[in-house]
Amino acid sequence: MSRNHSGERHPEPQPYAALRTKAIDSLLVEKGLISTDAIDARVQAYEQDIGPLNGAKVVARAWTDAEFKARLLADGTSVVGEMGFFGAQGAEIVALENTPEVHNVVVCTLCSCYPWPVLGLPPRWYKSDAFRARIVIEPRAVLREFGLTLGDSIEVRVWDSNSDIRYMVLPERPKGTDGLSEEELVPLVTRDSMIGVAKAESPTRAV
Amino acid sequence: MTSETQTQVTSMQGDLALPRSNGEPVFAAPWESRAFGIAVALNEGGAYDWGDFQRRLANEIAAAPSDAEGTGYYERWLTSLESLLLDYGMVTQAELDARTAVYESGEIDDD
Repeated sequence: MSRNHSGERHPEPQPYAALRTKAIDSLLVEKGLISTDAIDARVQAYEQDIGPLNGAKVVARAWTDAEFKARLLADGTSVVGEMGFFGAQGAEIVALENTPEVHNVVVCTLCSCYPWPVLGLPPRWYKSDAFRARIVIEPRAVLREFGLTLGDSIEVRVWDSNSDIRYMVLPERPKGTDGLSEEELVPLVTRDSMIGVAKAESPTRAV
Repeated sequence: MTSETQTQVTSMQGDLALPRSNGEPVFAAPWESRAFGIAVALNEGGAYDWGDFQRRLANEIAAAPSDAEGTGYYERWLTSLESLLLDYGMVTQAELDARTAVYESGEIDDD
């Protein structure tokens, strides 16, 4: 085996932009203007964390404003747009209300359609073949694996997102949150609760 | 991400909008995510005003638009970042060229 194959980590010449970025990166770090950790954190935040907060704001407002909630359930796309969350590439956003009688859960059986303006990036499991197939066939069993056990009296509805309609779940407002403001409710609204594989957090757990 | 920077970065519209596919950020290569992270982290650290970067990016894109798939977007981003760093005196042209040459020569490989 040639030395090139065993010793070099970059057999392909790197594009100028990659070299230039490395140069900028290393100089700024050396000068103490930036840290490698800060750069990593920003990229990670962008890739993973941006979205669910938007949805959480929508849910918290719906919990505290009955008129807003009614409009959200009637026309999710417009209401979400009013809050400044755009860009579902023409797809409608439909909010599904969980109640003591009905539990909604969202999937995309075809691929990984997801209401990303409100929920950000889909988690890896959402795109997995196993989740996409099994949530339709045995939703209660799958939800139990997520730690959510639903009584037999609760109807489970599974909604299949597609390129035209992206569903999000409006979870039930947790008990013991009557005194909380809209801002205080936002952190209770998890991504998973808006997909429907979990309930919203209770205040004690979220603190 | 602090909310102000997050909003500023992710709310850029039209030609300035970050490349996405089905909502997911698209980085075609590791250096693209790195260039993204550098610009955002510097802004959050208060090194410059986001509007300044955005104006540079708009000029770069107007001069050489990306295609529909966003190819070239982060090249424009990198050029904007570089001009900003030079104008603010955070790095000098000589430093940048010298360090680029070092990476080009393969003498350092710190991936």
